Amino acid sequence: MNFETTIGLEVHVELKTNSKMYSPTPVAYGAESNINTNVIDFGFPGTLPTVNKNGYRLGVMVALALNAEIEKHTHFDRKNYFYPDNPKAYQITQQDKPLGHDGYIEIEVDGKKKKIGVEELHVEEDAGKNTHGNNGYSYVDLNRQGTPLIEIVSKPDMHSPEEAYQYLENLRKIVQFTGASDVKMEEGSMRVDTNISISPVGSDTYGTKVELKNLNSFNHVKLGLAYEEKRQAAILKQGGTIGQETRRFDEKTGETFLMRVKSGADDYRYFPEPDLPDYDISPEWIAEIKANLPETASVRRAHYINELGIPEYDAGVLTDTKEMSDFFDEAVEYDANPKLVSNWLMGEVNAYLNDKRIGLLETKLTPEHLAKMINLISNGTISSKIAKKVFQETISNGTEPEEWVKSKGLVQESDPAVLEPIILDILDNNQQSIDDFKNGKDRAVGFLVGQIMKQTHGQANPKVVNKILMTELKSR
Amino acid sequence: MDIKKETIASLHEKLANKEVTAEELADQAITKINANEKKLNTFITVNDKAPEAAKKIDDEGIKGPLSGIPIAFKDNIVTNGIKTTAASKILYNFMPVYSATVLEKLEAAGAIDIGKTNLDEFAMGSSTETSFFGTTVNPWDFSRVPGGSSGGSAAAVAAGEVVAALGTDTGGSIRQPAAFNGVFGIKPTYGRVSRWGIIAFSSSMDQVGVLSKRVEDSAAVLSVMAGHDEHDSTSSEKEVPDYRANLNKDMHGVKIAVPKEFWHEGTHPEVLKSVNEALDAYKKMGATVEEVSLPTLKHAVEVYYVLASSEASSNLQRYDGVRYGFRADDVKNIKDLFVKSRSEGFGDEVKRRIMLGTFALSAGAYDAYFKKAAQVRTIFINELTKVLNDYDLIMGPSTTTPAFKIGEKVDDPLAMYMNDILTIPANLAGLPAASVPAGLADGMPVGLQIIGKPFAEQEVFNAAYALQEENKFYEKVPTALKGED
Repeated sequence: MNFETTIGLEVHVELKTNSKMYSPTPVAYGAESNINTNVIDFGFPGTLPTVNKNGYRLGVMVALALNAEIEKHTHFDRKNYFYPDNPKAYQITQQDKPLGHDGYIEIEVDGKKKKIGVEELHVEEDAGKNTHGNNGYSYVDLNRQGTPLIEIVSKPDMHSPEEAYQYLENLRKIVQFTGASDVKMEEGSMRVDTNISISPVGSDTYGTKVELKNLNSFNHVKLGLAYEEKRQAAILKQGGTIGQETRRFDEKTGETFLMRVKSGADDYRYFPEPDLPDYDISPEWIAEIKANLPETASVRRAHYINELGIPEYDAGVLTDTKEMSDFFDEAVEYDANPKLVSNWLMGEVNAYLNDKRIGLLETKLTPEHLAKMINLISNGTISSKIAKKVFQETISNGTEPEEWVKSKGLVQESDPAVLEPIILDILDNNQQSIDDFKNGKDRAVGFLVGQIMKQTHGQANPKVVNKILMTELKSR
Repeated sequence: MDIKKETIASLHEKLANKEVTAEELADQAITKINANEKKLNTFITVNDKAPEAAKKIDDEGIKGPLSGIPIAFKDNIVTNGIKTTAASKILYNFMPVYSATVLEKLEAAGAIDIGKTNLDEFAMGSSTETSFFGTTVNPWDFSRVPGGSSGGSAAAVAAGEVVAALGTDTGGSIRQPAAFNGVFGIKPTYGRVSRWGIIAFSSSMDQVGVLSKRVEDSAAVLSVMAGHDEHDSTSSEKEVPDYRANLNKDMHGVKIAVPKEFWHEGTHPEVLKSVNEALDAYKKMGATVEEVSLPTLKHAVEVYYVLASSEASSNLQRYDGVRYGFRADDVKNIKDLFVKSRSEGFGDEVKRRIMLGTFALSAGAYDAYFKKAAQVRTIFINELTKVLNDYDLIMGPSTTTPAFKIGEKVDDPLAMYMNDILTIPANLAGLPAASVPAGLADGMPVGLQIIGKPFAEQEVFNAAYALQEENKFYEKVPTALKGED
């Protein structure tokens, strides 16, 4: 028996706002527990929510970037459930009329392009965090409570773990380039829940859905789904049935384990949020947001290839993350040669990041400094050998390259009027080398250049030295 | 000084002329409340710091019309640093860290918060009998209820403890106790007054209002506390008139509609008589009175109890014993903490409504209950809107009977709910509505209800004022208190 896999993904993305979705408390990370809270976040009696317009705006941006239709007359709903990290015992979300619907994300698997449908997108608020001490107490931190989220629900259009992987990869990229979110799974600004079922090929009904949790990277999503495909197929082949359950992915073994069996659907008793009036989105507002959508990764990539002459592969790497692409664009704006900027980012910079295991924005390198350093090489002020020293200095300490090169006396000597007397003097004292050169021994040149470099403490411009030296040698 | 004979304007004059200080007024109010408390139980908490706050007003000088005037606040209005309980065990020790917008506005105008009045638990009830702190009694007859849920506020005003008190009205909780205690009470248009800091019962219907012996005093207080509030997205940006300055008792050409369904079978004959006399008085003043029909009124109680309880079931989920208020002892795990704290912390009536609302919102019942009720609400609003397109005001009795006996209906929730049929329409439609004393039935006060167009508080005040000046009911002293002062 052969089976067909059906996968649907629910992705929560944290929106990058200054304040929470329904309260004016600042959104910030790493603060002491319960510091970024107010009476609203604590669900105190008598408090009321207000909508963060910028949060909603970012939601609309994401929806537009995912080709979705925007709901013009909408409202918020309450989703009711008890949990200590949910202080009102309801979450304000959009159940009835989500912000956007019927979008899609294009993916490419094995050379085939395919559109994966986005069923709907809605804004909602995040919950707080519970931690369990080893003293028998549990603790609630409401700093995260109320942080704006957009939930992106796919259609069950994916049929392999690889398709799910590509969907997530493209979703991440698209959302990241809007600037609406950092979309980093490792930091929790992107969270993925997956549903997977399998059914015999040709069957016109879906199999029983299994939900997978604890997926901390796209790779885990792929591995977890692949494991589930096999597990479920094995059960069905033995004549068993799939339980409607939630399973946890174990990254050590690559297997999934039962978390809980779902007995019927949860009843969240959704109803319209009476504390917030209906929310109407004007066509003008949508048009304005659309007009100001930042360029997508693919538009930038095409621009790099066609207008800046960057090779296709390199352009792909540069547009893999928004931070890399933004960095590149900014360095180019400082008048550095795009190809050289690209070479440095993909070469030395990436090597440095891999070595230190950090991100680009965690270094002290700025686009301006990188551009200045590249221009120092291009105009002959420093040699590429010196450039490596300058690079280490500026990426580690944030040092301004021009000043540093001058103060350290690293400026290359390119003036023939300065170099010529030194070269002539060395030739006068090395007749043997001149003779060797005349007899066709090319390494004599290397020796002479070495002498010149020694004499100039390595600051002579090799190009200029070579030119003067060859002319002089041939004339002797 | 007998507060029963005073108005905000007369007190203001005395304060301005230094015949009395704000501190003395506050002291007198507290003395009177404490003397009455054993009989009436109108307050849950008396604000000991009121004289101190009043002294500050004295020092700064009497300014606006409310400067130095003691006002009472229903105990579901959140007050920073003063215990706020909603008359529930689950909040018996709750100390707020912020204040309701209405309180802030009134205090900014110099009003003195004299204390927190009794109510039905979470404003759910029509008799104040569901309060965790015991029932308030009616100053006209100690064996009768003061009505509810703003029973403490209404009785405090009737007993002359304060000139004005704030209440909240979700299904009649200002108008019904106003009628039962022979005082004026107004529930403004939904959105007229900020709900920030009002302990929510039914968010789509809750509204803060005022009770006072005289119409002009409620008008003065409402002008100060109404208006847009950035904390409450449902509050209106419409400008707030000076209701008291604009009071006008000329009723010539005012078109009054009287829905025939308001003449409910079982309405007390003396209630009918008082209301008819009031309508006759309006005719004599030059108004026209015509009968209209509101066929959907017969479903109003069911619609109201489904919708209000649904919202309440969600609003009251936050009382879980985790962050504030009552927490049960000896719990085994988090679920146990939720269940025990709520089982022990809520009273029967609140539990009944939480159960009703939870059921009405549940997956299998939503369409037949919540959704259907919301649809009927829309039909009913359209009916009322149609009537108000042709008429300026809708009038009828505020209640079908005068105040009933304590204990009479407490075990018959349905009879208690039916009690609200005349006041519920204004809440379902968000319309401004008032109750103004219109006479006596069995020696107990009767209220005439006046409902206006959205944001037509002025017209409601004017009509109430016209009747007040005609019958001078405010001169009557509650029977049970006669000879005490």
